[in-house]
Amino acid sequence: MLFNNPDVLEITLLSIKVSGLATLISLLIGLPFGTLLALSKFPGRSVLLTLINTGMALPPVVVGLAVAMTLWRSGPVGGLHLIYTPAAIIIAQVIIAAPVVTGLTAAALQALDPRLRLQLLGLGASRLQMVLSIWREARLPLLAALMAGFGSVISEVGASMMVGGNIRHQTRVLTTAIVLETNKGEFASAIALGILLLLITFLINFALTWIQQRGSKR
Amino acid sequence: MSTLVEIRNLLVRRAGRPVLEIDHLSLEKGRVLALVGPNGAGKSTLLLVLARLIKPERGDILLNGQPATGLRDRDYRRRIGLVMQDPLLLDMSVYDNIAIGLRFRHVPGLESARRVEAWVERLGIQHLKTRKAATLSGGEAQRVALARAFVLQPELLLLDEPFGALDKKTRTELLRDLKALLPTTGATTLFSTHDDREVNALADSKIELADGKIHTESSV
Repeated sequence: MLFNNPDVLEITLLSIKVSGLATLISLLIGLPFGTLLALSKFPGRSVLLTLINTGMALPPVVVGLAVAMTLWRSGPVGGLHLIYTPAAIIIAQVIIAAPVVTGLTAAALQALDPRLRLQLLGLGASRLQMVLSIWREARLPLLAALMAGFGSVISEVGASMMVGGNIRHQTRVLTTAIVLETNKGEFASAIALGILLLLITFLINFALTWIQQRGSKR
Repeated sequence: MSTLVEIRNLLVRRAGRPVLEIDHLSLEKGRVLALVGPNGAGKSTLLLVLARLIKPERGDILLNGQPATGLRDRDYRRRIGLVMQDPLLLDMSVYDNIAIGLRFRHVPGLESARRVEAWVERLGIQHLKTRKAATLSGGEAQRVALARAFVLQPELLLLDEPFGALDKKTRTELLRDLKALLPTTGATTLFSTHDDREVNALADSKIELADGKIHTESSV
């Protein structure tokens, strides 16, 4: 019955869209930035790596607070009217997932034999060809980084609640809907939504794991 | 005989300490030079400088009489072949590993296939083409690493202790094959080793390094 409810379909699709986009943006930031941290030596690199690793454990509710204060009408970018929109949730989720993808990308590439880079360059690779080759070589842990990034945002509730406002037909996602149903005492609905969230997380991770393991057999 | 590579006034420091100082060294075209000396003598550093993978503090490298600084690193490296002590193969098939340098150079597929086929046959590894690199023995993997360098038809071939990680039997077999193959490539070859048998089998002359300096230079 729950699954025939158009509201449920709407919040499920919004959850996938928001967290999917946030993960994609985090990948676009985290993959090159993590690669730079893994392959380059520059002053302050260790400090930056420590900050990224700390960022991997950022409490979503703290991120939500910071983003809410920034996007609030009286805040620095309040004029953009982003507070309580899906865009605000995406911004907060990018702040949560980008350090995860960056940190795990850097760790994955640092685990490779450093002589491999020299060998690839010695074979005539351009810098880009070298980077693409080591991404391919580290594809299994890099896919794990992607899964961890997606996992960190699809399941978070604090930031989505604070910057999205859980507004019906606008910013309600699965996690905020579960909180709402629980607060109303509608435990059956909350459990059903929870199962739906778990199912979506399972299916997306199943697809990524399948790609990952197919890659390991090639 | 003309000179392919000339090194002048080279200095490489590591942590402020000089690790390689060479006033002058010439590599004649088509010759095979052995680089000998104890660990830490500067053999690998010299090979990596010649591959432009280490930047010296000072000094000139001339390629065919022209300063190599006129070439971008990538374009310079596309004229050399580099084989290290460990094969450092990628997690892909043997065929794809051998062809990777050709792909970097955008060599067309047919030409690439022709070269790979020729070298897997010459190195006796045709039967391994479809195998994943991770399943190879040490000797097989080093043959793949050599094929990966040979298909590039390098002007300068740099081999850093290519037999160093192999057992005695495998080393003897590969040495025998390389002795037959090297003269057919026409490449100027510089290889580092600790083994006099390798020097006698492959080299026209040898350079002995000690404490980062050329100690002796002699014919074999």
